Amino acid sequence: MGSTQRARGHERRAQVAVPRSDGAAAAPVAALAVDGAGGAGPAPGARRGARRAPAGWVRRFLANGAGVVGLVGVTLVVAVALAAPVLAPHDPARQYFDGLTLEGDPLPPSERFLIGTDLLGRDLLSRVIHGARVSLLVGVVANGAAVLIGLVVGVLAGYFRGTVETVLMRLTDIMTAFPALILAIALAAILRPSLWIVALVIALVNWVWIARAIYAQVLSVARRDFVEAASALGMSAWRTLLRHILPHLVSTLMVFGTLGISTTVLLEASLSFLGVGVQPPMPSWGGIINESQSYFLDAPWLVVFPGAAILLTSLSFNLLGEALRDALDLAERR
Amino acid sequence: METATKANPKSLGRRLGAVTRLAAALLVVTLGAAATAQQGGRAVVSFQVDVSTLDPAIGYDWQNWSIIKSMFDGLMDYEPGTTNLKPHLAESYTVSDDGLTYTFTLREGVKFHNGRELVAEDVKYSLERVLDPATQSPGQGFYLSIAGAQEFIDGQADEVVGIRVVDDRTIEFTTLEPDAAFLHKLGLNFAHVVPREAVEAAGGDFGHQPVGTGGFKLREWVLGQRLVLERNPDYFEAGVPYLDELVFEIGVDPNVAFLRLQRAEVDVLGDGIPSARFIEVMADPVLSQQVAMGEQMQTGYVTINVTTPPFDDVRVRQALNMAINKDRIVRIINNRAVPANQVLPPLFEAHDPAYEGYPYDPERARELLAEAGYPNGFDTVLYAYNVAPNDRIAQAIQADLAEIGVNAELRTQAQSTVIEAGGAGEAPLIWSGGMAWIADYPDPNNFYWPILACASNIPGGWNWARYCREDLEERAAVADTLARADQAEQRNEEWRQIFLEIMEDAPWIPIFHELQVSMHSSRVTGPEGIFTDPMHIPVHYEYIRMAE
Amino acid sequence: MVPYLLKRLAQSVFVLFGITLITFLLVFLLPADPARMIAGRSATVATVESIRRELGLDRPLPVQYVSYLKGLVRGDLGRSYAQRAPVSDLIASRFAPTVQLALAGILFELLIGLPAGIAAALRRGTRFDQVVMGLAFVGVSAPQFVVGLLLIYLLAYLVPVFPLGGYGTPMHLVLPAVAVGLAGGGWYARVTRSATIDVLRQDFVRTARAKGVFPSRVVLKHVLKNAVLPVVALVGLDIGVFMGGIVVVESVFGWPGIGQMIWQAIQLVDIPVIMGGVLITALFVVVGNLVADLVYPALDPRIRYQ
Repeated sequence: MGSTQRARGHERRAQVAVPRSDGAAAAPVAALAVDGAGGAGPAPGARRGARRAPAGWVRRFLANGAGVVGLVGVTLVVAVALAAPVLAPHDPARQYFDGLTLEGDPLPPSERFLIGTDLLGRDLLSRVIHGARVSLLVGVVANGAAVLIGLVVGVLAGYFRGTVETVLMRLTDIMTAFPALILAIALAAILRPSLWIVALVIALVNWVWIARAIYAQVLSVARRDFVEAASALGMSAWRTLLRHILPHLVSTLMVFGTLGISTTVLLEASLSFLGVGVQPPMPSWGGIINESQSYFLDAPWLVVFPGAAILLTSLSFNLLGEALRDALDLAERR
Repeated sequence: METATKANPKSLGRRLGAVTRLAAALLVVTLGAAATAQQGGRAVVSFQVDVSTLDPAIGYDWQNWSIIKSMFDGLMDYEPGTTNLKPHLAESYTVSDDGLTYTFTLREGVKFHNGRELVAEDVKYSLERVLDPATQSPGQGFYLSIAGAQEFIDGQADEVVGIRVVDDRTIEFTTLEPDAAFLHKLGLNFAHVVPREAVEAAGGDFGHQPVGTGGFKLREWVLGQRLVLERNPDYFEAGVPYLDELVFEIGVDPNVAFLRLQRAEVDVLGDGIPSARFIEVMADPVLSQQVAMGEQMQTGYVTINVTTPPFDDVRVRQALNMAINKDRIVRIINNRAVPANQVLPPLFEAHDPAYEGYPYDPERARELLAEAGYPNGFDTVLYAYNVAPNDRIAQAIQADLAEIGVNAELRTQAQSTVIEAGGAGEAPLIWSGGMAWIADYPDPNNFYWPILACASNIPGGWNWARYCREDLEERAAVADTLARADQAEQRNEEWRQIFLEIMEDAPWIPIFHELQVSMHSSRVTGPEGIFTDPMHIPVHYEYIRMAE
Repeated sequence: MVPYLLKRLAQSVFVLFGITLITFLLVFLLPADPARMIAGRSATVATVESIRRELGLDRPLPVQYVSYLKGLVRGDLGRSYAQRAPVSDLIASRFAPTVQLALAGILFELLIGLPAGIAAALRRGTRFDQVVMGLAFVGVSAPQFVVGLLLIYLLAYLVPVFPLGGYGTPMHLVLPAVAVGLAGGGWYARVTRSATIDVLRQDFVRTARAKGVFPSRVVLKHVLKNAVLPVVALVGLDIGVFMGGIVVVESVFGWPGIGQMIWQAIQLVDIPVIMGGVLITALFVVVGNLVADLVYPALDPRIRYQ
């Protein structure tokens, strides 16, 4: 009884307190209203669902214009990242001697350097193109790791309850109140920054919200008849978990898997912007802006282009994730 | 800028051994302009980051250094805009023939901002406070040459026997060995005089309730917003400071400050000209008049850890020296530096203008690497401070090294992390920018003992190259005992040779000597050199005055 | 109600305690030596050691942690290593700017988000709805520092309406508040929209509409009560977002807030300032959540205190 109420509390939190971990990304992830448990909160009435034939949700997804736009955007970014060496007109690391003015200023967009050069005389377009690889790699790896951690914590706490639940959920409480970006900065300082470390750091910051949502969902699923029946029939706990609980989480995980990338891309950019992200000269969008910040009034192209790339990527994953959520019917009613 | 540079070291040498010198005579020279200039007015200095502390025993950053100097005084100081040492709180001083004992006669009637007259006991208290481990002063290490300092630190003595109060106006210092730089050390902020009662009343936070003898005293300090100083009417130097009020506005972005300076809302850009604006300013006939450029006692260099293979081979280190295109790096920072080929900056008499250093010659560098057994180069790690422009400079160095086959992985990190790695001897290569080295005082030994000596080749030391030559160490120690005036030339020559021998070993790649660039509004002016003062870094506030 | 309150208070204290522990461990894992940073470059090894002793950093970690907690219980946050001033003074000097920015940011979020959400809900399915929600998406997806830099470029540099940065007048507050609140504005627009749609579906609204009562009055009354107020109450939960991410906007605008203070303290390994800064930030979050938890059920009768 008490546990039900608590589940509701957590659920509301999971809906509302957003994993906008860097403050930049008001991630709609939170709007993942978890089904069951009474549907309180500002986005109530989320229907049970999550068990539709794939064809149904694919059709619904394709009918959603925004989702298709997101899909196209994501495809574009992925394509650019994969084809970066072919697409980039120059070597992104090459510091052209004539890529700077005699006084050492970066060059504005021209025929040779299509969107100008950076402060070391490198071709900005080539760096932005190669930056897609860094952003996507960090985004996918970090988000994947965060989803994994969130899944494990959420399932363990929600299904096994007891001490496990108390320990894990209190830890989640603490991590929720910890200023996320500060945590990431400190972790990045402790662990020598590299691409993989940055991804790990972001995962260690981002799992909290996912764990909460999964936890609430597991609680609600575990109370349902078929789960209780399975237990009554003597099915082992692990088997019940695998057969009856995890399948219910698949759609949630899919949505987190896409929506969360948006948050992750933004967090990577913020870390690089603060100089604690991936190491130069590896081109990262946030890093390009960080390096150029002092020049941006005179050379705005140094902020505009990588900034647009971040926005495009983050927006595409958001649109895609939201549309998926709608299609999978996890969302607020329309 | 040239005048501030070349003229002084010789006279400095003479002065080091000067037997007696009347401060009054100096005053006439240095304050020639003061008699005619009007006092009054108000100037605004902009800073982005809050002033950290104004305790002279603690403050040790480029921002608070000269603010502290404008509020406190030491026995010694420098003529404005130069590196010429002069007596300051001291009226005169004598040095014993063995070079071990310095006797200072204090000026009469110097008053603290709290109204009490300064006496010799205050000088002793201030220095013992710096030596006292409880104070945690970063300046403690400068005064270990005073007799009895170590015993005092270790708690074996209640006072430093080498600092003796003869009477209220006379104080005597005894050093363990002749220390050619001792007078300079007494000119450092750490030796500035503070009143015991105010320190004790502040209860550990003297840095935010400063009471000194200087030309300015604290009126108001709103943390994170502004620091307001007002003229000390009782200041002992007649005619200075010129301004009635000096305001430091905190939290002003350098770009904002630049625009506000043109609207005459800001008078001095504390953080300098934003790099992106520099070229535009210098091309403008009006604005460029408001820019002051001067040399500073700075060298930017890459340390090469001589104990880590393959850098234990001198040919490899020389190859690295030939790989770097310093002209290009200077261009990356908008030509606000001059390329370096040796340890000492040109501001020092012991700098050798005839020395040509290692030329930029990637071809020869590759040959040297091949001779050393690395025809295909090797992988290594380059550390750098992660704040602009150092991240860029490190990338430029990395690109140049790659040209000769040396693949340096870049680690741009927080200052504290890089310093820790350097101190632990873990870093093969470190770009020193933003961390080291600006000399504390204009003596060549300050470019040796802390950063190139065997003595500093210890865990946690600043000798990041892990360089140690016992024979040079002995010669350096001997050179430092040449403290008499007539030995100054000999001493400089010896230091020159020592640094040239160091360059043969190539433990560093000297990259550039940074120039000091400051900008002030057309409302304010001052004697030559005070806006790029090499000692009162960056600006000698007491000498700013309103333009006519 | 009272037992619930006590329980939540106990939970909050526990969370803060956990924060101190995690921060403490993180800080001591930093690969930098505070004693050496204080000692400066001319220090001898002995000086560094004596400073380490003075700071008590030579003691075992658990002892240091317990002594920190003891100070904390007395309300003593310690002294900054770099500035020597009490950490509480430093936090106090940063407090007003931080609160101002957070409040202004939240205000902006609500001013943008609520009307946009209601308007979109009322014209659901139209082009207007799509455009507004599309913009909300862009706001949610935009990196704060890029928004900040572009705002500076456009509205402070090209068209100098606002100051280029810094702190002081209300004008200084506008651009940072927009930069910090844009994402949340987009988010609130979405939440408000769906909450409003739910209200509009309820029978009494339908009835009223059917009876020919002009929608705007009904809508205003019911929507405000049943959709907007709960959304506003969510602000408490949002404090954490501000505290977590504000450091970026502060850095762009040179805003003298707590985020900047912590950021600089991390650079200098100024442990007491890091500890105090993180703790005060977490306190904001915990209090915000607590208030939200208490206010929210009061506004939404469907939820009971437990």
